Amino acid sequence: MSGYSITDPTRRQKWIAGTLVVLYALITIMPLLWIFMTGFKSPVDAIAYPPKVTFQPTLEGYVNLFTTRTRVAPEQLAALPPPETWYEAIVRNRNMVIAGPSRYGQRFLNSVIIGFGSTFLSVFLGTLAAYAFSRFRVPLKDDLLFFILSTRMMPPIAVAIPIFLMFRTLGLSDTHLGMILLYTAVNISLAVWLLKGFIDEIPREYEEAALIDGYTRFQAFYKVVLPQAATGIASTAIFCLVFAWNEYAFAVLLTSGNAQTAPPFIPTIIGVGGQDWPAVAAGATIFLLPVMIFTILLRKHLLRGITFGAVRK
Amino acid sequence: MAEVTLTNVSKSFGDTRALDNITMTVPDGAFVVLLGPTGAGKTTMLRLISGLEHPDAGDILIDGQSVVRDTPAQRDVAMVFQQYSLYPHLTVRENLAFPLRSPVLRTPKDEIRRKIDEVAEVLSISHKLDNKATELSGGEMQRVSIGRALVRDPRIFLMDEPLSSLDAKLRADLRVELKRIQASLGATILYVTHDQIEAMTMATHVGVLDSGTLIQFGPPREIYERPVSQYAAQRLGLPRINLLPANLFPGAPPGAVTIGLRPEQLIQGEGQESTVVRVEHLGDQSRLHLKLKDHAITTLTDVHTLLKPGDSVAIAPSSPLYFDAGGTRIE
Repeated sequence: MSGYSITDPTRRQKWIAGTLVVLYALITIMPLLWIFMTGFKSPVDAIAYPPKVTFQPTLEGYVNLFTTRTRVAPEQLAALPPPETWYEAIVRNRNMVIAGPSRYGQRFLNSVIIGFGSTFLSVFLGTLAAYAFSRFRVPLKDDLLFFILSTRMMPPIAVAIPIFLMFRTLGLSDTHLGMILLYTAVNISLAVWLLKGFIDEIPREYEEAALIDGYTRFQAFYKVVLPQAATGIASTAIFCLVFAWNEYAFAVLLTSGNAQTAPPFIPTIIGVGGQDWPAVAAGATIFLLPVMIFTILLRKHLLRGITFGAVRK
Repeated sequence: MAEVTLTNVSKSFGDTRALDNITMTVPDGAFVVLLGPTGAGKTTMLRLISGLEHPDAGDILIDGQSVVRDTPAQRDVAMVFQQYSLYPHLTVRENLAFPLRSPVLRTPKDEIRRKIDEVAEVLSISHKLDNKATELSGGEMQRVSIGRALVRDPRIFLMDEPLSSLDAKLRADLRVELKRIQASLGATILYVTHDQIEAMTMATHVGVLDSGTLIQFGPPREIYERPVSQYAAQRLGLPRINLLPANLFPGAPPGAVTIGLRPEQLIQGEGQESTVVRVEHLGDQSRLHLKLKDHAITTLTDVHTLLKPGDSVAIAPSSPLYFDAGGTRIE
């Protein structure tokens, strides 16, 4: 140590801060770790008490997640030809045969379509609206912005009944389009407000320079504003996706056979008869992946400060 | 290269009258410097000509054609902003290419390269061409900003205090460079500044603005020697013109309330005795702060002067400027 500054934390302060961060990380990661591990346990291990930390991993949970099975008598099982695949072998061990694929894949696909669809729509409309609010003289601007925000002043589920009735009348119940529109409606206020903040910070001089450089207003928006708003767009997209992806109550209420998303489906995996916790945990683990990947991909945009410093304040 | 005409142009922002009934003709190839304090309407005038703002009243003509209905792109003008506005997500080269790649110009690739190299050479930023715009120093950013205007061949250049953020050496270099470019291109330039050296050295014409009105428009020499008012007289000249009660010295014409004395209009060694308050040795000149009957006077004196505070100097006016009660100059 060559010098010492009162603004630098001391070794002791760093140590305390580090410990707190590690503790917090452990606490938050524990449930995720639990779910991840349960997905690879056998049904017996999954409900063992005290909980098992070391166990023989199995893919049974994942096989059960993606299949439907029927129980057969041991003598019938013996009469069958030997299993052709590893997953069939796992199922046979439990005196069952595979009857067909489960609906998890399709529910997962619904989640992807509805989650990413509504995220795209929210961010797309949100960016345009935020740009307009930020740059143009919009009549009643403040009132409109307040109105947009006010849509989030109660829990969305509070309007479940009117939405349910509206959806039934409009034929939007249990459709992908209906869910995309619903989640977009919920997310758009967040998107407009977040993005307006980001766009407000982009100096107008950039667009003015582009206008004089021979570009139209839209080209200036596209070539100059959009790249600089990338950070804001990325973080807004993550917020929107997390909401739409995890939403449960509306999904239970408004979807069933056709457009059901994964959240209301996963609890139903638990099954009839035995409680298949490993399959539920496997479903939850796979369900976590897209948001995780999406966040990791956009992570570098979440770091602010790329565009700072090019305009003299 | 073009002539710009403003006829009865007015512009208000809310209750603030930014420009009030401005009529002015900028001849083709002129280098017009707009002078005036903050809020005088200098920047507004550039923004109106560029098309970033629309006048409330009046007409703006470029080469005799009204452009008030045209978009900034259609007007074919280049502008250097006071707050240099380089696109931070692009490199220096891409920044310079940006106007050339616009839908109005659509310059071929090799032509873009040639022009960028040429302009980068002039502004000595060739070695920074592949840097991100954010990785430049303030001076470099401003030079790129000027470069972005120079790569084009616009009808008019608009420059809003382009040199104000640069250090003295760079400012002096670029002043000469800009003047040279203007002369060689025959460009029409409207240039906003606070700096009177810039005004005196570069301008073919000076426009003096005061809270939205054009006080005087003409060659810098004329404005310096024959200002229409006290206000215009104060805009040019360093040290500033001394404004004193007219009756301090004999010989004031009837109606004169104020006498204006520039350093060269003060003869030392004759007339009334004044006291030396302070001497500032600036190297190339020495400034003399005097006191005459409680009135402070600033003038220039010999570089190697031996005067010191407390000494006495006799001063007399020589062909001074006189102003009436309203501040208008009396011939």
